Amino acid sequence: MRHLKLISDDTHIPFVKFRQIAVAFSLLVIAASVALFFARGLNFGIDFKGGIMIEIATDGPADLTQLRATMGGLGLGEVQIQEFGQADDVLIRIPSPAEGGEAASQEVVNAVRAALDDVVVEYRRVEVVGPQVSGELVRSGIIAVVLAMALMLIYIWFRFEWQFSLGAIVSLVHDVFATIGILCILQIEFNLQMIAAILTIVGYSMNDTVIVYDRVRENLRKYKKMDLAELVDLSINQTLSRTVITSGTTLLALLALFVFGGEVLRGFTFAMIFGILVGTYSSIFIAAPVILAVGVSRDWSGNTTGKTAEGKSGAKA
Amino acid sequence: MLHFERWKITLIVLLCVAGLAYSAPNFVPRDSLEGIPGWLPNQQINLGLDLRGGSYMLLEVDTSSLIQDRLQSLVNDVRAALRSERVLYTGLGIRNSEVTVRITQPDDVQKARGAIEGVGTTVAGNVFSAVPERDIAVSVNGQNITVVLTEPAIVARTQSAVQQSIEIVRRRIDELGTTEPVIQQQGASRILVQVPGLDDPQRLKQLLGQTAKMNFRLVSNAMSGEQALATRTVPTGTEILFMAEAPNVPVLVERRIMVGGDRLVDAQPAFDQQSGAPVVNFRFDSTGGRQFGEVTRNSVGRPFAIVLDDKVISAPVIREPIMGGSGQISGNFTVQAANDLAILLRAGALPAPLNVLEERTVGPGLGADSIAAGEIAAVIGGVAVVAFMIASYGFFGVLAVVALTLNMAMIFAVLSVLQATLTLPGIAGIVLTIGMAVDANVLIYERIREELASGKSPVPAIEAGYNKALSSILDANITTLISAAILFQMGSGPVRGFAVTLGVGIITSVFTAYTVNRLMLSVWIRRRRPKTIYL
Repeated sequence: MRHLKLISDDTHIPFVKFRQIAVAFSLLVIAASVALFFARGLNFGIDFKGGIMIEIATDGPADLTQLRATMGGLGLGEVQIQEFGQADDVLIRIPSPAEGGEAASQEVVNAVRAALDDVVVEYRRVEVVGPQVSGELVRSGIIAVVLAMALMLIYIWFRFEWQFSLGAIVSLVHDVFATIGILCILQIEFNLQMIAAILTIVGYSMNDTVIVYDRVRENLRKYKKMDLAELVDLSINQTLSRTVITSGTTLLALLALFVFGGEVLRGFTFAMIFGILVGTYSSIFIAAPVILAVGVSRDWSGNTTGKTAEGKSGAKA
Repeated sequence: MLHFERWKITLIVLLCVAGLAYSAPNFVPRDSLEGIPGWLPNQQINLGLDLRGGSYMLLEVDTSSLIQDRLQSLVNDVRAALRSERVLYTGLGIRNSEVTVRITQPDDVQKARGAIEGVGTTVAGNVFSAVPERDIAVSVNGQNITVVLTEPAIVARTQSAVQQSIEIVRRRIDELGTTEPVIQQQGASRILVQVPGLDDPQRLKQLLGQTAKMNFRLVSNAMSGEQALATRTVPTGTEILFMAEAPNVPVLVERRIMVGGDRLVDAQPAFDQQSGAPVVNFRFDSTGGRQFGEVTRNSVGRPFAIVLDDKVISAPVIREPIMGGSGQISGNFTVQAANDLAILLRAGALPAPLNVLEERTVGPGLGADSIAAGEIAAVIGGVAVVAFMIASYGFFGVLAVVALTLNMAMIFAVLSVLQATLTLPGIAGIVLTIGMAVDANVLIYERIREELASGKSPVPAIEAGYNKALSSILDANITTLISAAILFQMGSGPVRGFAVTLGVGIITSVFTAYTVNRLMLSVWIRRRRPKTIYL
C-alpha cells in the first residue's frame, strides 16, 4: 500500500522569491483591516457592549413579524430579532437601557419575559451584561492578548535570538490584524469566546513559526556557508510536509466542529479556521522573510551581539 | 533513544492504565456509578453550566446604600450626642456623603466636637494598627462641623457586608435544594453565584434580589393612606408605604419599628387552619416575643403592618394579644410565594441590596443540544484525523492513533480527577487538541522519513528522528501552553474551560505522542528487528 503524500519528499519551492509579493499582499491586508476596523467596526457582542441577549425556542417555526411587533411595543430601543440555526430558535438582542444601570436591565428582562410567555417553549439562554462589567471585560481581554504575546516573545527570545523574536512578533501581529479584518467584513459577533479564539490563533501561529525557526537554527549550524536566503528556503521546504499535515488534521477537526458543533460555537470555530490558514501562511511568508531582512548571527558560541550573517558566515564552530 | 529502563516502562504503562481507568466512569451512566466501591475511580467530569443548564450571576453589594445607611445612623447619633450635651445646633443633615451641622453658639463648638467624636466606633478587623482607628473623622470650620467616614471604615464595612451577604446568599440558595452551587467572593465587593441545573432562574433572581429587611409597625390611625396620598401631607413620625400585592394601595404606617426582623428565629410555610390559604408561620426570640406581646396587648383593634423591603405584605387587625412569641403572616400567597418568603425570613436580611451585574442562564435543552453537537463533532473530527493519519503513515499511523486515543483518555481522566469543569468551548478545546495532538507524531515521523531518505537504516533513523524532533516539539508546545495559561488566568467562565482543556491536552499529548509512542515503537522494533521500514 502506498502512503498518502500531500507533499513530495523533495520539494524545492522558492518561497523566498515570493517574499516581496507576499509582504506587499500582507501590508495591503493589514491596511485594509485597520481601515475596516475604523470604517465598519467589529460587531461587538453583549460581552463587550453590554446589553441583553435572549434565545428562545418557540412551538413550531417562529413568527418573526409577530415577535417584532410584540417586542416593538415594549419600547426597548433597537431590538434585533433573528433566527438562530433553526426555524424554531430565535435570538433577541436588546441594548442596555440608557439609564438606571444594572437594575434597569433586570426590569427589561422581566418585561420581555412577560410579553413572550405564551410563545416561548424554552428560554434557551438569557444573558445580561451590565455596562460596568462589559468595560472590564474589554480591558481584561486586551490585556490577555497582549500579555500572551509578550510572554511568548520572551520565550522565543531566550530560546533563539532577538531576530527570531522580531520575526515572530511581526507574524503574530499580522495574524491578529487579518483575523480582525475578516471579522469586520463578515460582521461575526465579537464576544468573549473570540478572545479565546484569537489567543489560540496566536498560539497556533507561534507553534508553526517555531517549527520553521527551529529548522532554520539547525541548518545554520549545519550549513555554515550557505547563503541565508537559500537556507531559509531549504528549512521551509524541509518542514513543509509537517506543516501541511498538521494544519490539515487541525482543519479537519475544526471543520467538523464548524459543521456539527452547533450555532453557539460557529463564530468561534470560523475564526479559528481562518486563523490557522493565516497562521500557516504567515509562518512561511512573513516570519521567515523578516529573518532575512534583519539578518541573523551565525556565531553560536556565545558572543553574538551585533554580528550579521554576512559578517560572520563561516565562523568558528 | 529506543532503550527504556524497566522502571520507566512500568511507570509509563501505569500512567496509561490509570488514564484509561480514571476516564472510564465518564462512559457509563451516572447512576450506575453508585454501586462502585469507593477505592475505584468513580468521578465523572464536572459539566459546566452551558452544558447542563443553570445560572451564573455576578452580584455586587450596593456599597453606596451601605454608606448611606451608616451616614443616616451617624445623623441620629450626632443629634443624640448634641442633645445630651445641651448644645444648640441647626442644619443637621447629610450633604455629599458628609454629615454637617452648624453649632449656634461659638463657645459650644469645642464641646460639640468632643461629643461628636465620641459617637464614632473603632474600625473592626484592623489588627495591624496599634492605635485603634476611629471610623469617622471630624473637622471644624468656624461654627460648622463636618463628619466624614474614613477610608478604612468604608473598606471594613464593605468587607463585612460582603462576607455577611455571601453567608445569606448561601443560606437562601441552599433552601432551593439544588446541588453544588458555587458562591464565592470576587474582587472587593462582588459575589459570584453559579447554580447548575436550576429550572427556574427567575425564582433564583427574585430570591437574591430582595434584601428581606423585615419589620413590624403599627398602621397610623391619624388618617388613611389614601387621604395622606391625596393631601400630600404626612403626620410626623409616619410615612406612606404601598402594598406588595397591589402597588397602588397606600398604607400610612408609623416610622417607629415595633419589632425588627432580626428578632425572627424561624419561619415556615403552612396553611391557614380556617381558610386553607398558604401562610407563613414565624417565631421570635425571647426579646422579640416580649416586644411583640407588648405591642399586641397595647394595640388591640389596630391594624399591624408587616413590612418587607419597604412594602407592606399584609396589615391584619390585632384581635387579641399574642404572647407566645409566634405569629402568622397571611397575604394572598401562592404556595411558592409563601415558601419563598419563609426562605427569605429564615435566611435573614442582606446588609445591603445586591445588584445583578452580569447574568447568564442556559436552559437545560440547549445544554443537552450542545453536548450532542460537541460529541458528533468530536467523533467526526476524530474519525477524519484517524483516517488521515493511517493513510499517511500506515502502521506508524496506527501507532499514532493509539497514542491519540490514550491522549483523549488522559484528558478525560485529568478533568475527572481535578474535577475541572468541562464547558462548550472546552469541547472545542478538545476537538482542537485532536487536530494538534498529532503534530508531535507528524514532526517525528517526518524526521524519520528524512533520515531514511538520507540512507540511514531503521533503528538509527528512528532514534535520530526522535532526537531531532524533541526541541521543536517542546518549543511548539510551550508557546501554546503559555497562551493557555494566560487564558486561564485572565478568562472568566467558559473561556477558562477552554484554557483548561487546551492546557491539559497539550501536556498529555506531548506525553502520549512522544513517550508512549516511542515505547510502542521500541517494543515493535525489538520484536521484529525490521531490515527496512516503510514510512
